[in-house]
Amino acid sequence: MNKTFTKIFAIFWKDMLTELRTKEIIVSVLVFALLVLVIFGFTFGAGLEVTEMVAPGILWVALTFGGVIGLNRIFAVEKENSRLEGLMLCPVDRAVIYWGKLAGSFTFMLAVAFVITPIFLALFNLPIFLPRLALIIILATLGFAAVGTLFSALAVNTRARDIMLPVLFLPVVVPVIVSAVKATGPVLAGGPWGDMLTWLQILIAFDIIYLVVATLVFEFVVEE
Amino acid sequence: MNGNHTLRNSILWGLGFALMVAALCMVFVYVPTEKHTGIIQRIFYFHVPVAWVSFLAFFITFLSSILYLWKREIKWDAIACASVEVGVIFTTLVLITGPIWAKPVWGIWWTWDARLTTSLVLWLIYIAYLLVRSFATEPARAARYSAVIGIVGFIDVPIVFITVNLWRTQHPTAIIFEGGLTPPMLMTLLVCIAAFTVLYILLVIQSAGLKTMEADIKRLRSMKAE
Repeated sequence: MNKTFTKIFAIFWKDMLTELRTKEIIVSVLVFALLVLVIFGFTFGAGLEVTEMVAPGILWVALTFGGVIGLNRIFAVEKENSRLEGLMLCPVDRAVIYWGKLAGSFTFMLAVAFVITPIFLALFNLPIFLPRLALIIILATLGFAAVGTLFSALAVNTRARDIMLPVLFLPVVVPVIVSAVKATGPVLAGGPWGDMLTWLQILIAFDIIYLVVATLVFEFVVEE
Repeated sequence: MNGNHTLRNSILWGLGFALMVAALCMVFVYVPTEKHTGIIQRIFYFHVPVAWVSFLAFFITFLSSILYLWKREIKWDAIACASVEVGVIFTTLVLITGPIWAKPVWGIWWTWDARLTTSLVLWLIYIAYLLVRSFATEPARAARYSAVIGIVGFIDVPIVFITVNLWRTQHPTAIIFEGGLTPPMLMTLLVCIAAFTVLYILLVIQSAGLKTMEADIKRLRSMKAE
């Protein structure tokens, strides 16, 4: 058990080091998500009367589309210089590779979300300090990463891979997007915990189901 | 195809034809017009069986995908893919017949109701399935990838349904089970469901057979080239 964790961490740390040196994924996703926020600001006028209705949607569109861009890169970087073959030659279970890559994509997406969200809250004049929103972001990002890491490995080996990931990923994560938006609404309005509890339960259920299923089927995606 | 298959197919074709004719007669001649919504209600006998078949098709894909990953027999991949093709066409029909009924009855073409939204999301997932298949670089890969999507996509169905149901719902729920249908209506519906199920089985057998043959031809061609 302990050994498995060390192996997962080794793969995760490899991705972290690469990212710390190139800053390829986080910076590009951050800029993209910020642009989505700004474009929405222009299209909706960011007037106070509409903010309450559309703000949760704006945040989650920015995080979802930013997430797709980032997830695309997770396996695309492995494709360069045949690094994927190297990774597959590692004497570890395929599920370990999945969890290593999952830890990487989860961390990248979370880092982006924790930078983008305060900017979003400030841009739309909402309260900045919202610990409950952080909980929603963690749960939703885990769901995105669980499905996205699996599909990223799949899409990277198809033609037109940049378009394959969003086409596959977006319909499957519909429950995450709906729940995250519905849970964010009461948080931004300062409503009670009870209003968001159902949605948090759905997010947790989605995360558990897809972490288990993706761990089981990942080996069929990368087997060559 | 051996003799057994030919006999089975002839029986299925005969049964399918008889059921289809019976279904048409029942829908247009036998069954009484519904009191409140009028003649438009008759689309129900087309809409519900088609919706049932599309769910059945994706469930068969789910099972065949698991069997393919387990046994690695090309037969299971052919069935999974054929079932998705039929399922996507039938879901398209559901999404077309639904609004035709909804406009005069609800006054709107579309609403973000649980069943409608689930059908739409299903349709998008299985279109992605077909896209991945056509964009995969080699047949073995296409089979593995689509099997994974067939499993992951089907598991999403109940989660999407529960989520959207909590979000908002408007669909006429399960009149069938609450005794809201008179016996002739229920009879007609059952005959229609049987007719469309046989049609589904026939289409999948034809399409899967064709895919197996295509794979055989490809294999023989590559053997000849070597």
